[in-house]
Amino acid sequence: MLTAVLILTVIALIAGLGLGFAARKLPADSSELVERVNELLPQTQCAQCGYPGCRPYAAAIVEDGAAINLCPPGGNDTVRRLADLLGRSEAPPLATGPAAPAVAVIDESLCIGCTYCRAACPVDAIVGAHQLMHTVIEQECTGCELCVAPCPVDCISMRAT
Amino acid sequence: MPSPAPTYDLGRLHGGLRLAAHKSASTGLPVQSPPLPAQLILPIDQHVGEPARPLVGIGEHVLRGQLLAESTGTLGAPVHASSSGKVVAIEPWPVAGRRGDPAPCIVIECDGDDRAVESRGNPVPYAELPGDEVLRRILQGGIVGLGGAVYPTAQKLMQAAAGELEYLILNGAECEPYISCDDMLMRERAGDIVSGAQILLHALGLDSACIVVESDKPDAIKQLAAAMTDAADERLVLKQVPTIYPSGGEDQLVQLVTDREVPSGGLPTDVGCLVQNVGTAAAIHDWLRDGEPLVSRITTISGDGIAQPMNVRARIGTTVAELVQFAGGYTDSARHLVIGGPMTGKSVSTDRVPLVKATNCILVLSEVPQPGPELPCIRCGECAAVCPVQLQPQQLFWYACADDERQLRSHGLTDCIECGCCDLVCPSHIPLTYDFRMAKARIRELEDEKARAERARRRFEARNERLQREQRERETELARQKETARKAGPDAIAEIMKRKQQDDGD
Amino acid sequence: MEFERLEAPYLAPTANVAGIMQQVLLALVPAAIAHVWFFGPGLVFNLVVAATACVGGEALMMRLRGRPAVSALSDYSALVTAALLAFALPSLTPWWITATAALFAIIVAKHLYGGLGFNIFNPAMAGYVAVLVAFPMQLNLWVAPRMGDIDYQFLTVLQTLKYTLTGSLPDMLTYDQVSRATPLDAMKTGLNDMRTPAEIRSLPVMGDFGGVGWEWIGNLIAIGGFWLMIRKVIRWHIPLGVGAGLLIPAGLMWLLSPGTEPSPGFHMFSGAAMLCAFFIATDPVSAAASPKGRFVYGAGIGFLIYAIRTWGADVDGVAYAVLIMNMAVPAIDRITRPRIVGHARNARAP
Repeated sequence: MLTAVLILTVIALIAGLGLGFAARKLPADSSELVERVNELLPQTQCAQCGYPGCRPYAAAIVEDGAAINLCPPGGNDTVRRLADLLGRSEAPPLATGPAAPAVAVIDESLCIGCTYCRAACPVDAIVGAHQLMHTVIEQECTGCELCVAPCPVDCISMRAT
Repeated sequence: MPSPAPTYDLGRLHGGLRLAAHKSASTGLPVQSPPLPAQLILPIDQHVGEPARPLVGIGEHVLRGQLLAESTGTLGAPVHASSSGKVVAIEPWPVAGRRGDPAPCIVIECDGDDRAVESRGNPVPYAELPGDEVLRRILQGGIVGLGGAVYPTAQKLMQAAAGELEYLILNGAECEPYISCDDMLMRERAGDIVSGAQILLHALGLDSACIVVESDKPDAIKQLAAAMTDAADERLVLKQVPTIYPSGGEDQLVQLVTDREVPSGGLPTDVGCLVQNVGTAAAIHDWLRDGEPLVSRITTISGDGIAQPMNVRARIGTTVAELVQFAGGYTDSARHLVIGGPMTGKSVSTDRVPLVKATNCILVLSEVPQPGPELPCIRCGECAAVCPVQLQPQQLFWYACADDERQLRSHGLTDCIECGCCDLVCPSHIPLTYDFRMAKARIRELEDEKARAERARRRFEARNERLQREQRERETELARQKETARKAGPDAIAEIMKRKQQDDGD
Repeated sequence: MEFERLEAPYLAPTANVAGIMQQVLLALVPAAIAHVWFFGPGLVFNLVVAATACVGGEALMMRLRGRPAVSALSDYSALVTAALLAFALPSLTPWWITATAALFAIIVAKHLYGGLGFNIFNPAMAGYVAVLVAFPMQLNLWVAPRMGDIDYQFLTVLQTLKYTLTGSLPDMLTYDQVSRATPLDAMKTGLNDMRTPAEIRSLPVMGDFGGVGWEWIGNLIAIGGFWLMIRKVIRWHIPLGVGAGLLIPAGLMWLLSPGTEPSPGFHMFSGAAMLCAFFIATDPVSAAASPKGRFVYGAGIGFLIYAIRTWGADVDGVAYAVLIMNMAVPAIDRITRPRIVGHARNARAP
């Protein structure tokens, strides 16, 4: 019986060492995983997670081990789906609370046509030309709020949908 | 010679239930005609597709059969006045489609004369018209599927005509308990149904049609056989199917009659079949032969909450309350009002809702026995045994609770016809049909979310690309200018600078 | 008039869980009577102890899980587990062993997995295996049936009760006088001693085709099982599967070498094989989901019973066979998914 125990222990040791070696030295194809993580993110491109866009955040999750609960527009659902995809056992609650869905609205009586907000929008949802009226295309607005700050006359507000 | 001899089913339906029919209470009398109501309430949305657009104004006097609202968009149907009178309002009114919540309706105060528009009485000789012209005329008659699905008939026929059709199937199965309106129609107006079938055959360019009836309707079968013998039309055939719920569902009927399966996500036309309710066929006859658009239909009023169950031929727009009164009123035990049958009907909150094109049954029930608390699923598998689509409701329920969209799709949630068979047999009393309806909505929601995210991602990437391109163009332009300046030499630059200073000084 | 809104369908459901469980218990009554006749009142005492422990354990676990106890107790499933355990355990079993089995079955195998509907393993079999492993000596003490053997002493009701409560026999009696090897045990040891089945069958504990008493019980269990099938409480796929899985290999081997193999009839009517086919394997929660899957599941159990009895160490093999096939159920479900109407006939399930 002792031989049986010894043999099994040796097999387990070899297998464990082999797996550890493979996990460290053999590179995993991370670019495909980044793509899959990116697909789960809501593509709001709002940078509330601290990264300049959803794909950089996805890359940070896969390659730098960034926390998966930093995306307010995704809500707790996205945290759960990310945990499932990455094989993590726990899905921590959102670091900040979930974002209520909202769209930006430009007050046309105040707009001076400076184009600052148009440049700031990550999905080009604001149309307008220099010194002409600007407006937000409601269907394309993701509610990221990046346009609110640059406006010099404070004419952009968020309206809950 | 036609073959009126009934033949049994060719295909086999998986599962299904033999339910107590409860039909004899309402088939004792011939179809009754309630008196003209004082008011008609006509919702502008009585069909699948875009709501109709009202053409009349408040105060306008209209005649029976007059066009009140025209169909809009690619899918829709017009609404006609069910009797003559004055339009008194176009306003929200409780409707059955919203379970008692309001929807826009045209309200007509009837003048009692019931005068029809002039075009009535000039029957269209349909046989002389080409098929697609007949279809266009059907479009104008406001005719929709009267089996309950209210899909605009003309568009359905046009879509079918564009493909490869082999069979026209007229659905007289009426498999749901309590409902007997089609039964009575087949008993009393079999000739009109046959005529409607002939019009359809001509319009579609087909040469084969069968009328399908469940075997628990011997009177209807007899009348239809007699009407077919009178018509002496070899293209028509009568078929019987066993009395199993839900053999009257469109896909199920196709399977029973032709042994072909409608592909998942597809239509009966994909396997060469077109199904029409017998009531729709009779309505087509009324419109094309008599010039009468869809302004009335036969409806069953039944249930143990009704004093005198019966079938009535009522004007579209009559309130349920008036019809119930005509049927003897409520009994003391009346507790729930259901528009439709006991398996797929909608329970509504008020009897002020009007009869619409979809109303095949007004069911007033006494207390439905409380099923007790919902227990966990014990995987007994009875639900899978009765599912006509061969789904596994126990697995669907598991994945619906887990909100697992991928598995729900893979197990065929979108193929569920919401017939309710699984609900009835579940020993844990889980409201499966309701849960699946919620899960389907959730899947649609997730699809929408994904589509939005995809659009935002594409716009983001396009924007990035644009900015990079502009950056590159600026750089090439700058490089080009530097090159030009280098070629020109430092002296030329000094020249330009001196000239500029002189210009500025001026 | 205003009305209250409801959800479709508006007809009363046709079945309920308590009713199903009650019918299962009812179907076991004839077999229980035969059991008491042949093996003494031990079954009844075991039933009382098991039922008390099962119900108590379920109430305790529901309380710990923060749910009302009555909602779990009112579905009678704990009593069904108790009944199956009482049948599986020897009739002379001290109460603490029965209680351990029952508590393990309810607390560990059922509620720690989530309660009714969520258990992966058959609770009764899990409880039985737990005590089989923990108390191997006591679970080998099988009372001899009423068979007219002069060396054998049938215990009275009071003596059985005393044993159940204290675990000790009356002073004058020894274990050898009260118990005998079961037919399966006798067959296994006999075959190991190179005796032929025909010789082994001449032992007094053997009956016409199974064991004394066990034949009657097996027949009555089968009758109860067929009654349940007529009432649509259970469907035919699992019992047929178990039967086929057990009888076909047994039959083949017996035809090939009747001198060293017991007959298939012997296999079916000995031990808990019949009980397994109709009552244990048919536990819907731990069985496969689709009809084809259920047949495969039953066949797997039947074959494993044969395999463990013939080549394994355990005498009966039913409990282990069931637990092993419970583990295979998710795989079986995936492979035997029925084709949905309207989907391609040869599409593979993802």
